[in-house]
Amino acid sequence: MSTLETGEPLEPEALRERVVASIRSGNLGSWPVIIALVLVVVVFSQTAQNFFTPGNFTNIITQMAGTCLLAYGVVFVLLIGEIDLSVAFVSGIGGVVVAQAQLPNGAHLPWYVCVFLALLATTAIGAFQGSVVALVGVPSFVVTLAGFEIWQGVILRWVPGVIVIQDPAINNFSNYLFPTGWWSGWVPGGWTLGVVVSLVYVGGMAGSAYAGVRHGIPIRQPALLVLKLLVVPAIALTTVEVLNRDRGVPLALLFVVGALLVWSFVAKRTTFGRHVYAVGGNAEAARRAGINVPRIRILVFMISGLMAGLGGIVLAARLNSVDLNAGGGTLLIDAIAAAVIGGTSLFGGRGEVRNALIGAAIISTVSNGMFILGYSTGTIFIVTGAILLLAVTLDTVARRLQMRSGR
Amino acid sequence: MTDQPLLELRGVSKSFGSVQALTDVDFEVRHGEVMALVGDNGAGKSTLIKCVAGIHPMDEGTMTYDGVPVTVNNPKDAAHLGIEVVYQDLALCDNLDVVQNMFLGRETHDRFYRLKEPPMEAKAAQTLEGLRVTTISSIRQAVATLSGGQRQSVAVARAVMWNSRLVILDEPTAALGVAQTEQVLALVNRLAEQGLSVVLISHNLHDIFETATRITVLRLGRNAGVFERADVSQEEGVHAITAGRPTKVSGIPGTQEPQT
Repeated sequence: MSTLETGEPLEPEALRERVVASIRSGNLGSWPVIIALVLVVVVFSQTAQNFFTPGNFTNIITQMAGTCLLAYGVVFVLLIGEIDLSVAFVSGIGGVVVAQAQLPNGAHLPWYVCVFLALLATTAIGAFQGSVVALVGVPSFVVTLAGFEIWQGVILRWVPGVIVIQDPAINNFSNYLFPTGWWSGWVPGGWTLGVVVSLVYVGGMAGSAYAGVRHGIPIRQPALLVLKLLVVPAIALTTVEVLNRDRGVPLALLFVVGALLVWSFVAKRTTFGRHVYAVGGNAEAARRAGINVPRIRILVFMISGLMAGLGGIVLAARLNSVDLNAGGGTLLIDAIAAAVIGGTSLFGGRGEVRNALIGAAIISTVSNGMFILGYSTGTIFIVTGAILLLAVTLDTVARRLQMRSGR
Repeated sequence: MTDQPLLELRGVSKSFGSVQALTDVDFEVRHGEVMALVGDNGAGKSTLIKCVAGIHPMDEGTMTYDGVPVTVNNPKDAAHLGIEVVYQDLALCDNLDVVQNMFLGRETHDRFYRLKEPPMEAKAAQTLEGLRVTTISSIRQAVATLSGGQRQSVAVARAVMWNSRLVILDEPTAALGVAQTEQVLALVNRLAEQGLSVVLISHNLHDIFETATRITVLRLGRNAGVFERADVSQEEGVHAITAGRPTKVSGIPGTQEPQT
C-alpha cells in the first residue's frame, strides 16, 4: 500500500455523502487518519531531503512491517474489548525461538521448521493468556501485564547476549526483494504480485456486490464502490512501480499486504469475525445468542500471539540477529498505538484490520521524516504521543456523538 | 385452531434456597393469543418465564407443549421448541447493524464459514416487512443509531424470524415513550394476527388492555386468577394484582376516590 498515492482527489459527491453519513453515525473510521497521513507525507516531502524518494519508501515499509504485523493482532484483541500488553515481548520470543532453532552449531533445523516452532510457541502463549482471561476471568490487562514481565524475563534469562541468524532464508523474511520485472525464473516479480493482489481485492469486492445484486439487493453507494475498485489497484501498482525504481518489492511488504487481506476477510466475511465484533459490542448479548464467548476470546488471543510471532521473525530478520532487547523499546507502544491511531476503538466492537496498517504507516512516516529532519528521539516520542492522544480523543468524541444520535 | 393450548404448565414450584418463588402455579397459552402475565414485584413472573425459557429448571411441575410433555433444560431446548424470549435489555449488539443482530449466533454461512450476507439481508427485510416495521430507514445501519421502539422491533423481529411459535416479551414498553409504546403494541397485535402465541409481561395495565386476549395474575408466587380481557375492568385487574381493597392508581378511572 502506498503512502504516496492516497492523495488522489476523491469524487466530491461520494466523499461528501460518506463523510456526512459517517459523522452522523459517529463512525469516523479511517478517514481522519488517511487525511492526516497524506498531510504528513506532503509536509515531509517539502521539508525533508530525500524523504520523497523510492529508497526511503522502501525504508519506511521495512521499518513498519514488524510493527504492522503485531498491530493486526492487536486490532482483534481491541475488537473484543480486551488489551494485550505482552505482544512485543511475545514477538521477542518468536525471534529468539527462530534464532535458537537455526543455530548451525546448535539445533540447526531447516528454516521452515524454525519458523513453524516460533509461530507455534507464540500462538501457544496467546492460547495460554487467552485461557486465563476467558476461562478464569482475570482481566486481560493484568494477564498480559504479567506476560509482559514474564516473557521479557524469559528473553533476559535465556538469551546469551546476541544470537546471529545465519540462515539466509530466515533473514529473507525482512531483507528479500522480489525481482523488478514480471518473472525471474520461477520467482514472481513485483508486477505479478501487484496484479495478483489487485485481482484478489477486485474479485472479492465485485463478487460480493454481484452476489447482492443476484438476491435483489442494490449496491449501496455504487460511486464509492467503483472508486475503491479503481483506487486500490492503482495504489498497489503505483507502489510496485515506486519500489521497482529502488530495488524491488520487499518480501516484508507481501507479508503486510497478505496478512491484511487474510485478516480483513476473517474479520468481515466469516462467522468467526462476526462473533468477534459481537463479543466486543455486547458480550452478554453474544452469549445469549448462543455464541461460545470464551472460545472467541481464546482464539483472538491466539491470533494476537501468532501475529506477534510473525512480526518477531520479521523484526529479527531485519537485524539478522536477536539480542537481549528483543521485543523491547517502543515496539509495544507502537503496535497498540498503530491500531488505535488507525481508528480502532479501545472500548471494543469498532475498528477494522486495515486501521493497523494506516496507523503503523503514520507512526513510521512521522518518525522517519522527523529523523531525516534531524529531530531527536525525544521529540519524535512527544509527537507520536500527541498523535495518539488526538486519535483517541477523536474516537471518544465520535462515540459520544453516536450515543447522542441514537434514541 | 385446536382447543388444546400451545403451552400448558401444571403445578409449577420453584424455590431459590429458602425463598419459595413459585408455588403450584398453573399457566397456559392458547394458539394465537396474547396472554398477559401480570403481578406485583416479586410475584414470580420472571421466574415462571425463566422456567419456560430453560434458564431455571423447575423443582416440580409439568410442561406440555402442543399436547406433548416436554422438559426444557437450557435456552437451546426452548429455541428448538420454537419458544423465543425477548428480555427487557433486548440483548442487541449496538455496534452491529440490524441484519447482523437478527442473525447473531445463527448466521447463514457456507461450509468454509463464509457469511452469506445477501440471503440474510433479504430474509431480515422480509421479516421486518411482514411485521410492518417501516420506521427503520436502512437495515444496514448500526443498532446504536436506532430509537428505543425501533430496537424493540428489531429484537421482536429477531425472535419471530426462527419459525418461533411462542414469543415471550418481558416488559417491552417499560423504557419507551408514548408513540414508541404504540408502535410496539401494534407489533404485538400483529404477531397474534400471524398466528403466533405471545406472552406479554407488563406492569402497565394500559398496555395489557390494549393487546391481551387473556390475563394471568400471579401474586406472591401463586395463581391469583386468569381473566378474559373482555370480562374484566382495569379496576378488577388492579384488585387481583394487589389482592386488597381497590387501590388508588393515578390515571386509572375507577380506582380514584369518587369525586363528590
